[in-house]
Amino acid sequence: MLRLERLEIRQGDFALSADWALGDGSICAVMGPSGGGKSTLLAVIAGFLAPQAGRVSWGGRDLTGLAPAQRPISILFQDNNLFPHLTIERNLALGLDPRGQLDAARRTEIARVLERVGLAGLGERRPAALSGGQQSRAALARVLLMDRPLVLLDEPFAALGPGLRMEMLDLAREVLAGEGRTLLMVSHAPGDAARIASDIVLVDAGRAAPPAAAAPLLADPPPALRAYLGR
Amino acid sequence: MRWPGGIAAGLVIALTLGTLGAVAWRAGFALRLGPADWAAIRFTVWQAALSAALSVTLAVPVARALARRRFFGRAALVTLLGAPFILPVIVAVIGLIGVFGRGGLLNEALALFGLGPVSVYGWHGVVLAHVFFNLPLAVRLILQGWLAIPAERFRLAASLGAPVGRLLEWPMLRAVAPGAFAVIFLICLTSFAVALTLGGGPRATTVELAIYQAVRFDFDLGRAAMLAVVQFGLCGAAAMALRAAGAPETLGAGLDRVVERHEPGGRLIDTLAVALAALFLMAPLAMIVGRGLPGLLELPAGLWAAAARSIAVALGATALTLVMALALALRGGALARLSMLLPLAASGLVMGTGLFVVLHPVIAPRDVALVVTMLVNAVMALPFAARVLAPAVAQAEAGHGRLADSLGLHGLSRLRWLILPRIRRPLGFAAGLTAALSMGDLGVIALFAGDGQATLPLLMVRLMSAYRMEQAAGVALVLLAISLALFWAFDRGGRVDAAA
Repeated sequence: MLRLERLEIRQGDFALSADWALGDGSICAVMGPSGGGKSTLLAVIAGFLAPQAGRVSWGGRDLTGLAPAQRPISILFQDNNLFPHLTIERNLALGLDPRGQLDAARRTEIARVLERVGLAGLGERRPAALSGGQQSRAALARVLLMDRPLVLLDEPFAALGPGLRMEMLDLAREVLAGEGRTLLMVSHAPGDAARIASDIVLVDAGRAAPPAAAAPLLADPPPALRAYLGR
Repeated sequence: MRWPGGIAAGLVIALTLGTLGAVAWRAGFALRLGPADWAAIRFTVWQAALSAALSVTLAVPVARALARRRFFGRAALVTLLGAPFILPVIVAVIGLIGVFGRGGLLNEALALFGLGPVSVYGWHGVVLAHVFFNLPLAVRLILQGWLAIPAERFRLAASLGAPVGRLLEWPMLRAVAPGAFAVIFLICLTSFAVALTLGGGPRATTVELAIYQAVRFDFDLGRAAMLAVVQFGLCGAAAMALRAAGAPETLGAGLDRVVERHEPGGRLIDTLAVALAALFLMAPLAMIVGRGLPGLLELPAGLWAAAARSIAVALGATALTLVMALALALRGGALARLSMLLPLAASGLVMGTGLFVVLHPVIAPRDVALVVTMLVNAVMALPFAARVLAPAVAQAEAGHGRLADSLGLHGLSRLRWLILPRIRRPLGFAAGLTAALSMGDLGVIALFAGDGQATLPLLMVRLMSAYRMEQAAGVALVLLAISLALFWAFDRGGRVDAAA
């Protein structure tokens, strides 16, 4: 279980607080107006930013103070999720081992995962030789290989067209959440949330609200979410 | 990894401030300057100011012409403006002598009109050489200023019928020229090879030349030390003035654009400016080849040994500079920034004098001449290499640092999988720059070297002072070829197969 305990984040004038828990296996969409702090919240959970107060824990284990790679978390950013100068295979190998060593067993494992995301045989290519959708699949494949129980998606599919984005979200749900992982994803599109999220965290006015069940929330949004959705 | 940067910073500080401390201690912390010392100080400051003023003033019409005209050979000329940076000083001096020296092109032309010979030796020769080296730099800096004025403003000025010069160009020059002046002033303060070959005597001796003479001829280490303190003070003050004026980007690219202009006229003056500048730059370069080719037939004994020493020193200095620049860039912070700037205020001769003072009681300086030269060259090239590498490292971190963090890439694996592949091009360019600078360096080696230890630049000086100009010109051509080959090979190495 992901738990944020009296978390306080401040950066200059910006402030955000959160105090809630998210059940294992949830798919949770983080929604709210731009500049509200959705990405900042993910950055704190992932360990790129230290909170001013409070703590982040996973399964009862305090994560505060751990480096990003030491946390049971993998994260996909808006862009730059692959090293452009390395082949897909090497990019994936770095998910298995930061020294980037490749042996026969790892090659087999990487090939298996690439096949699972629909990129069979493309391991030798560099990211620039893949389409945007294929690059997203490769990034998902690395998350799959890293096999961390909590996956953070900071709008990694935002640059894709709507159809392709839905496809990626379905793939993420199928291959990541399907194995019992917890997914926390920033989302701008209510359609995305309605499609795959079980819960929604609304980030607005300096506060990340506790997760609420997605379907009832979208059916009858509270004023803040209503304002954001423009209804 | 922060400790390699710490070691690099320590080395830089030891070689700049540490050697200065050694010379200050040797000088007894007292400055007793004689009339000759004051003359050297006056000349150093005066020639640097004059050289900088001439370079910047003459650069304005050339930069304006390049900014607003598109003509055949413009790209080649802009490329040529970058050449003096990697052209060994002593090689350029050969070219300048070929044009302006006794029996040079200028005197042959004057003789046709029955006019007496002019000499290139003396203060005017020093200033001439400095303008030759720094006019291109000034043109590049001012051209950058011109091209940085947004095209919309020229359009706006044209639509209003407003005077472009007063409205746009004069404010730009007021912003850019002081920085260009300060950079060139600093460069001219520390130029030793020009003063050694074209200057000298009571009226054209710089502080650095006086240091060299004190060590080499009088073996007066106390006086050398005192002058070294003075030189460091001069350079430090100039470096601070440079910071105040706003250090310009000396290695900037993207000068291939032309400003679209809407006011008529000026074609004649632009043509004249470009033609004269091209002639002034290309005639000495042509003479290097013209005088060098016959010289190749009678290359002196010891040439290839000197070439081997030069290449070894250059490669060693290049490796050391790149490692230090990379370590400092990865470390970041105030200490790293200081270490990247300190060598600008130092001079090779001062470092050499300091090392001489420290090493002299322990070991014969000539036994370590090449190692010391390599160390000093490495530190002197550091600011340039660091200015190329630091932004590239910062960019790699900004783009993919978080990804590397999330994957746990630290230390060597971060270097291997993130940093090095992302900075290949700037790394190759910095390596080429350092190798060429070190190949052409004539400074500390002159202080330390014994008979059998000359590098190519020192061999040239020895030939020139023996009036064997033809042989010196042959060596100059060999030196130039090796410098360019090293620069090309490294720069190319960074580009080949470099992934996006």
